[in-house]
Amino acid sequence: MSNLKKIKDEFLLKLEKKLSLSEINEIKSNLFGKNGLISSEFKKIGSIVENERKKFASDLNLIKDELQNLINFKIDEIQTEEINKKLEKEKVDITLPERTFIRGKIHPVSQTIDEISSIFSEIGFSVEEGPDVENEYNNFTALNTPDNHPARDMHDTFYLDEKKEKLLRTHTSPVQIRTMLKDKPPFKIIAPGRTYRSDSDQTHSPMFHQVEGLHIDKDINMGHLKGCLNYFIKEFFEVKKIRMRFRPSHFPFTEPSAEVDIGYEIKDGKIVIGEGDKWLEILGCGMVHPNVLKNVKVDPAKFQGYAFGIGIDRLAMLKYGINDLRAFFDCDYRWLNHYGFDPLDVPTNYRGLSR
Amino acid sequence: MKITFDWLKQHLKINSKEKDLLEQLTNIGLEVETIDNLSSGKELFKIARIVKTEKHPNADRLKVCDVDVGKKEIKKVVCGAPNAREGLITIYATPGAVIPKTQTKLVVSKIRDVISHGMLCSESELNLSDVAEGIAELSKSKYQKKIGKNYFSESKTNTIDLSITPNRPDCLGLRGIARDLAASGFGKLIDLKEKKIKSNIKPSLKVKINKEKDQGCSAFGSCLIKNVKNTESPQWLKDKLISVGQKPISAIVDITNYVMLDINRPLHAYDADKIEKGLIIRNSKSGEEFTGLDNKNYKLEKDMCVISDAKGVLGLGGIIGGTRSGTEFDTKNILLESAYFKPRSIRNTAKKLSIETDAKFRFERGIDPLSIEEGLNIAASLVKEICGGEISKIDIQKTENYKIKKISFNPNLFEKISGFKISDKEMIKILEDLGFKCKKEKKYFSLTIPSWRPDITQEIDIVEELVRISGYEKIKIVDPIKERTRSTLTKSQKLFHFLQRSIASKGYLEAITWSFSDSNYNDHFKGKYEDIRIVNPISSELNVLRNSIFSNLIIYVRKNLDRGFKDLSIFEIGPIFTGPNPGEQNTVICGLSSGKKFRLSWIDEERDIDVFDVKRDVIQTLVEAGYSSDKFFIDDKTPNYYHPGKSGRLFLNKNNDQAIAYFGEIHPNILKKIDIKTESLVGFEIFIDNLKLTDKTLNNQKRKFDVSDFQKSERDFAFIVSKDLKAQDLINVISSIDQKLISNIRVFDVYEGENIPDNQKSIAINITIQSYKKTLNDNDLEKINNLIIKTVENKTGAKIRS
Repeated sequence: MSNLKKIKDEFLLKLEKKLSLSEINEIKSNLFGKNGLISSEFKKIGSIVENERKKFASDLNLIKDELQNLINFKIDEIQTEEINKKLEKEKVDITLPERTFIRGKIHPVSQTIDEISSIFSEIGFSVEEGPDVENEYNNFTALNTPDNHPARDMHDTFYLDEKKEKLLRTHTSPVQIRTMLKDKPPFKIIAPGRTYRSDSDQTHSPMFHQVEGLHIDKDINMGHLKGCLNYFIKEFFEVKKIRMRFRPSHFPFTEPSAEVDIGYEIKDGKIVIGEGDKWLEILGCGMVHPNVLKNVKVDPAKFQGYAFGIGIDRLAMLKYGINDLRAFFDCDYRWLNHYGFDPLDVPTNYRGLSR
Repeated sequence: MKITFDWLKQHLKINSKEKDLLEQLTNIGLEVETIDNLSSGKELFKIARIVKTEKHPNADRLKVCDVDVGKKEIKKVVCGAPNAREGLITIYATPGAVIPKTQTKLVVSKIRDVISHGMLCSESELNLSDVAEGIAELSKSKYQKKIGKNYFSESKTNTIDLSITPNRPDCLGLRGIARDLAASGFGKLIDLKEKKIKSNIKPSLKVKINKEKDQGCSAFGSCLIKNVKNTESPQWLKDKLISVGQKPISAIVDITNYVMLDINRPLHAYDADKIEKGLIIRNSKSGEEFTGLDNKNYKLEKDMCVISDAKGVLGLGGIIGGTRSGTEFDTKNILLESAYFKPRSIRNTAKKLSIETDAKFRFERGIDPLSIEEGLNIAASLVKEICGGEISKIDIQKTENYKIKKISFNPNLFEKISGFKISDKEMIKILEDLGFKCKKEKKYFSLTIPSWRPDITQEIDIVEELVRISGYEKIKIVDPIKERTRSTLTKSQKLFHFLQRSIASKGYLEAITWSFSDSNYNDHFKGKYEDIRIVNPISSELNVLRNSIFSNLIIYVRKNLDRGFKDLSIFEIGPIFTGPNPGEQNTVICGLSSGKKFRLSWIDEERDIDVFDVKRDVIQTLVEAGYSSDKFFIDDKTPNYYHPGKSGRLFLNKNNDQAIAYFGEIHPNILKKIDIKTESLVGFEIFIDNLKLTDKTLNNQKRKFDVSDFQKSERDFAFIVSKDLKAQDLINVISSIDQKLISNIRVFDVYEGENIPDNQKSIAINITIQSYKKTLNDNDLEKINNLIIKTVENKTGAKIRS
């Protein structure tokens, strides 16, 4: 029996036993180390007679491969076994609670403003803003509400000076004035924002939110006004059908003026918008009064159009079933969490306004 | 304005149902606010007799009364009225009744240990009169046989309360409402029979309107009626007034009220015998006084329109009469006044004196100046009918004559504004029904405006009338065009919305608080700004505009902490005010976090939330918004409401002079003063208006995509530096050595204490080195290492720690 065969048989036998990693490594170094048995055989190749050399080398390589593969297989087997053993000890109670993740929320008023902007964006309105502190002229006089007009009684105003020249805007309508003074017609804007009236009880908050709308062009009439609001209300409440009623009213800055009611019913104690035989007032609107246009240097013989004002807080209450207006501004952690929106829920047209 | 269908039928020939009336009123702009049935709940008020009274065992001023409430039933009622006595017939309210004055619901209750079953009522509690002293005393002769019966007579009539807009004074009378309804095709207006009075005496009281600047009265009509017998009003008149919520007083007063409600013509009745030598309508002198019919004493300013006699002021014209010349049941001779007072004058005076009366409400909106005589005629006839007497001729003094108003109306304007068409014929029909006189002149209508319509002055007012009466349902919907020519939001608006959601995504709940604040709290956070006071705040706790959002937010954090929450993060995005003028405001995002980062966690170690948590939120938010953190510069100069050692101020780059944000712990002294108990409270403010906006899109601001695949190596360094040296400076020194090779710098340890000299600290830094050109060999790395050490040592005085 050749030496090679002897080595092979001896080590195959050794490797059949159950071995530890260190024993295998020892075997490995006995065979393939610097002076290992197989390594030594390789060194012999040069001294072997030429006609046997080729076969010897070939046999040696076969034996080498066989042993090496076996050793590698063994090592792999032991390592896998060791990992498996370790895993047994690493078992956690996976039912323990995960790490907390806290995402904040967006206030329902902010969400509603984004929804409103998204809807009006679709039909070509852009967003304008104005300051919270206004002068008397922009808030009243320019809007055809002269001093000593009884219509001023409808707005309980906060003043910042004794002369009553500076005040907190009582509506978003002064943004109309600012926009029209700044630019030239046509105008097609909405202006959401904070508004203030010195009125405070269960259903009134001294601060609330409105969105103003203004569309002035050469031939904008009450049909456009009705169409625009009809579109808005349907989109906002995300219903296919809505009953809507225009009712004559009076605002000094629009003529003719209207208040708009939508139909609703109470189902299981909840307000359902759309059908039903009850009416709910949700906004005021009208054709911009020629006096207002004159005040902002727009010629009422050439330009005309409509304006509207909607209470944002009220819209949010209706859409999201919130009963108490005062809670909007009370910052109760539980309320903010309950009614707030995930910041990833950005209202868009293609994904729908709300989920 | 309260009306009933029955009263309306006095002016309107109609067969429709009340339900249709309600709808039609709303359709033409006379909005129905509420509908009340007068007698609902009123059956709980019974006529009753006190059988016996005893002193209350536990209270000297109270009595325990046995009350006969009919059907042989006796109830024990506790009563405090001094006039509660045996035999008195009065009004008993059964438990469950709603007391009209207070609107409270009566329940069986224990009063000082004695159970009271119901209540005995005063006239004032039942809104019958102002008499609040004692319980009502009903006349024996009239009520003796009615014990146990309902005090209020049953009524099937509904009171319809209309909300009349300020432009429609003509609808503050039943007649005006009927006219509008008739014009809209709802019934037919009944012609008023003109009541001509037969006068048989001469007016003996002289009336004079002083010619003065700003005289508030332009016409004063009067009529003397002698030898009247003032009584209670007849039942029909009482019922009428009660049906619209008015209190009957006496025939004469009731008649003036009736005429006012019926045709919107306010009148006033004087006891003529109490007038000294005739009436003078003049401007008041400063300091003049009189007692109004509301029993209040009024001190007048200069130039208020008063009715006076030789002795002084009798009343304020068109607002309120005075007690000195008021009519009583024994009044013999009366003077009826029917005048025109100018809206502006009325409003000025009433506002200054805070008086609200039915007359004032009508005059300030504008009364029909041509109704003076009509009002006197109707009222005088009624007085004669009910109280008898002889009527004088009507006397009318005028300082100005009413001018008939005319306008020319282009009928094409109607369709241009409304978007729908009606014929000229229809237009003329509507206008004539409303009282206009119409004449067609070529393309135009020449219109004479009825004297009762002060609101109509220009063509658009005519359009409104036509649309209103034709019906808003005729307006055809024009669907909007889905077309956008301008971007919806500006750059800064987009930034606002982005930052709002970015902060919310970091665990903060968005709050919205009022723009005003309590100056006591605002003082802590106002920094360099002055108080901006509200002249008429709703309460002293909301008396200034906020100079900082913290002023409100911190109060709400405290409230939530008091509710038992410990780890809170809330924020608000909104205005702060820097001055009292329009535009002196900035938009700020402000957040507060309290408590601990991890609490009661089985897995994470508990720690207080700290300044580096908010710093991360601020910086990460700005980075998300597109600002490059490489250039951020931070120093420690913050306003005094932050912890002086644990707060910072952030600039977009070192050369900017406006800070973008503050962040840090809230000053412990403020927490103490506001009494906030939490482990830690940190906050931040980002000033959105200071963030610069570029025209470039985010995409265009990005550098070219350029990465290196050569091997990178990391090296750690520890420098001993002065305690004052800022990590930011150290990092800047290193990063400026070779920006092409040094790709990342991390501070992984800061150490002070043992083995480090006093006033010094050790900062350990990990630096990543990578070339874009080749794999660096040992030699290259050694070179750059040495350069880093040398540069840091030279520029900062640091020493490498060996």
